[in-house]
Amino acid sequence: MIYEVFRQERRGQPFEHAGSVEAPDADFAEAWAREQYGRRGESVALWLVPRDAIRDVEHWADEFDLKYRRVDGYSIKARLKEARERAGTAGDR
Amino acid sequence: MAAVEIPRDEQAFLEYVQAGGQVETTDWMPDEYRRLLIKFIEMHGNSELMGVLPEREWILRAPTLERKLALTAKVQDEVGHSQLIYRVVEDLGKPREQCLADLVDGKAKFHNVFHYPTKTWGDVGVIAWLVDAAAIISQKALLKCSYAPYARIMKKICWEESFHILHGRDVILAMVTGTPEQFELVQEALNRWWAPLMQFHGNPIPSDEDPMYQWRIKSQGNGEARQQFLDGYVPQIWELGLTVPDSKLRKRDDGVWEFSEPDWDELKHVVTGHGPKTEERLALRRRFLEQEQWVRDVVLAA
Amino acid sequence: MNEQALLGIADDELIVGWRDSEWTGIAPMLEEDVAFSSIAQNEIGHARAVYQLLSEDPDALAFDRKPEEYACAPLVELHLLEWAHTIARRWLYEVADEIRVTALKDDPDPTVAGLAAKIDREEAYHRMHAEMWHDRLRDEPRFRAAVEELWPYALGVVPGELRGELVERVGLAEVDVVERGSHTDELAPLWEEMTIVRRSAPAGAQW
Repeated sequence: MIYEVFRQERRGQPFEHAGSVEAPDADFAEAWAREQYGRRGESVALWLVPRDAIRDVEHWADEFDLKYRRVDGYSIKARLKEARERAGTAGDR
Repeated sequence: MAAVEIPRDEQAFLEYVQAGGQVETTDWMPDEYRRLLIKFIEMHGNSELMGVLPEREWILRAPTLERKLALTAKVQDEVGHSQLIYRVVEDLGKPREQCLADLVDGKAKFHNVFHYPTKTWGDVGVIAWLVDAAAIISQKALLKCSYAPYARIMKKICWEESFHILHGRDVILAMVTGTPEQFELVQEALNRWWAPLMQFHGNPIPSDEDPMYQWRIKSQGNGEARQQFLDGYVPQIWELGLTVPDSKLRKRDDGVWEFSEPDWDELKHVVTGHGPKTEERLALRRRFLEQEQWVRDVVLAA
Repeated sequence: MNEQALLGIADDELIVGWRDSEWTGIAPMLEEDVAFSSIAQNEIGHARAVYQLLSEDPDALAFDRKPEEYACAPLVELHLLEWAHTIARRWLYEVADEIRVTALKDDPDPTVAGLAAKIDREEAYHRMHAEMWHDRLRDEPRFRAAVEELWPYALGVVPGELRGELVERVGLAEVDVVERGSHTDELAPLWEEMTIVRRSAPAGAQW
C-alpha cells in the first residue's frame, strides 16, 4: 500500500506533502517514514495517509470575468492619480 | 483564473515545458517524455544505490567513532535517496523490483564513478568531497526539472548532500594536516579519481541535439556542469597543496577552464558495465537480492 | 560505578553496531537498509557515551585494545549475514538490553543512571522495530529456528540475576548459557577489519 507522507517542520507550521512510502501496513509505514522524513531532525510530526484515502480535486470553472474576486481585479492607479490632483495633494509625495 | 491545462499534443506539450510548465504524475504526457524520464530517473536511483557499495567497507573500518557515525549517516542518505527516486519511477510506471532486476542483470546503467574501487581512507575523503560535489552540481540543475515530483525530491536530496560535502572536506583537512603519509593518501586517491571525475558529467552534447534538454528534464549542459565543478573545486584542491594530475588544467583569462580531453571511450566502456568493479558489485547485490527474496515475499504479502 | 559491567555494555553496542552496519547496501528492502543504519548509529552513539564515562579518549578505548581485552558478549560477535538470524539477534538483543538498561536506571551513580535513561528512550524505537519484525516473522520456521539457536548466547548478554526476567519475556526455557568472558573466533577477524585504518597511522594521529 502506498502512504502519502505529510510533514510538519516546526510546531505551528502547516503539514506539507513530502512524498510517499510503500509499506505492507501502517506500522511499517510509520517505521520507514520516521526514517525517511525525520532522521536528520527535519520534522517534528508526520501524517501518513493511504493514497486511496486521498480525493484529488482539480479544475474550477472560470467562464465569466469575475475580476472582483482577484487581487489583480482592481486598477487603483489611474483613479488615485485623479483623486490626488483634485485634492491638490499630487505633488506631496 | 482558469487552471492550467496540459495540452494533449506532443508539440504543444513541448512548448509548454519549454516555457517552464510543470508536469505532475496524473497529467497527460507524451510516451517519449515518459520513456526518457523513466530512463533518466532510474539511472539516478541505480547510481545512489550502487554508490553505497564502494563506501560500505569503510564504515566498518572507520578510524574514529565520529567518522564512523558521519560516514554511516552519509551512506544512509544515499540509500534513502534511492528509495525516494525509485518511488518516483514507480509512479511513472516502472516498479522498483523491475528496476532492481534490470540493474543486477546488467540491463540498466549507473554513473561511472561507482564502477571503480576504493582503496584507502583517502578515497573516503575524496568521494565525499569531490564526487558528491560533482553530483550536487547536476542535482541542483535538476531542481528545475519539468517533471515536478522529481524536482521536489531533488530539494531534499540536495539538502542532504550538502552535509556530505562538509563531511568530506573535514576528512580531507584532517589528513592533509596530519602525517606526511596521510597527506600522500589523499594525493594518491585524488590521482586515481581525477579521470572518472572529469568524465562524470558526460561528453558535451549541443542542447538542440539533447532530448533531455529539449523536454526540460535537464536544464544544464554537460560542459557547463563540468566548468562549474572545476570553478568551485580546483581552487579548493590547490589551496591545500594538492596537485591535479592534468598538466593542461588551467583557467583562462575569460574564466573558462582548459583541461585534457577526458577519455570518452573509457566512460562508455565503464557505464555499459565494464568497469573494474562492476561485475563484483552487481554480483553482491544479486546474491543478497536472491537470498532475501523470502523476506519480501513474507512482508509485502499484505 | 561498575566499570567492567559498563565496558561490557559499551563493547556490546560497538560490536553489534558493527554487525548491523554489515547490512549497508544489501538489506532485503531499501527501507530496512536505512532503518538498520539508524539503529547502528544509535548503538555506536551509546557505545561512545559509555566509553566517555570510562576514559578521556573514547576512540582509544573503543579501538586500541587487543581483541581478547574486549568485554562484549558472544552474541554480538556472531557473523549472521542472513535475515532470519539477524532479526532474531536484533529482537533477542533488544529484550536483553532493555532489561539491563532498566536496571541501570536505578544505579546509585546519577551520571550512570542519567545515561541509562537517555539510552532507554532512544532504544524505544529499536524495540518498536524489533517487535514489528518479530510479529511478521514469528510463524516463519527459519525465524523460530534462529531464535532457538541464538538463545544460549542471548542469555549471556545479561548477568545471572536478570536471566529470569529474560526467560519470562522471551518465553523459552533456560538452557546452558554461552557466558560473557570468552570470545568466539569471529571477534578477531572483525577486530582486524575494524582497526585496519586506525592501525595504519601512529597512535594519536588525527583522522
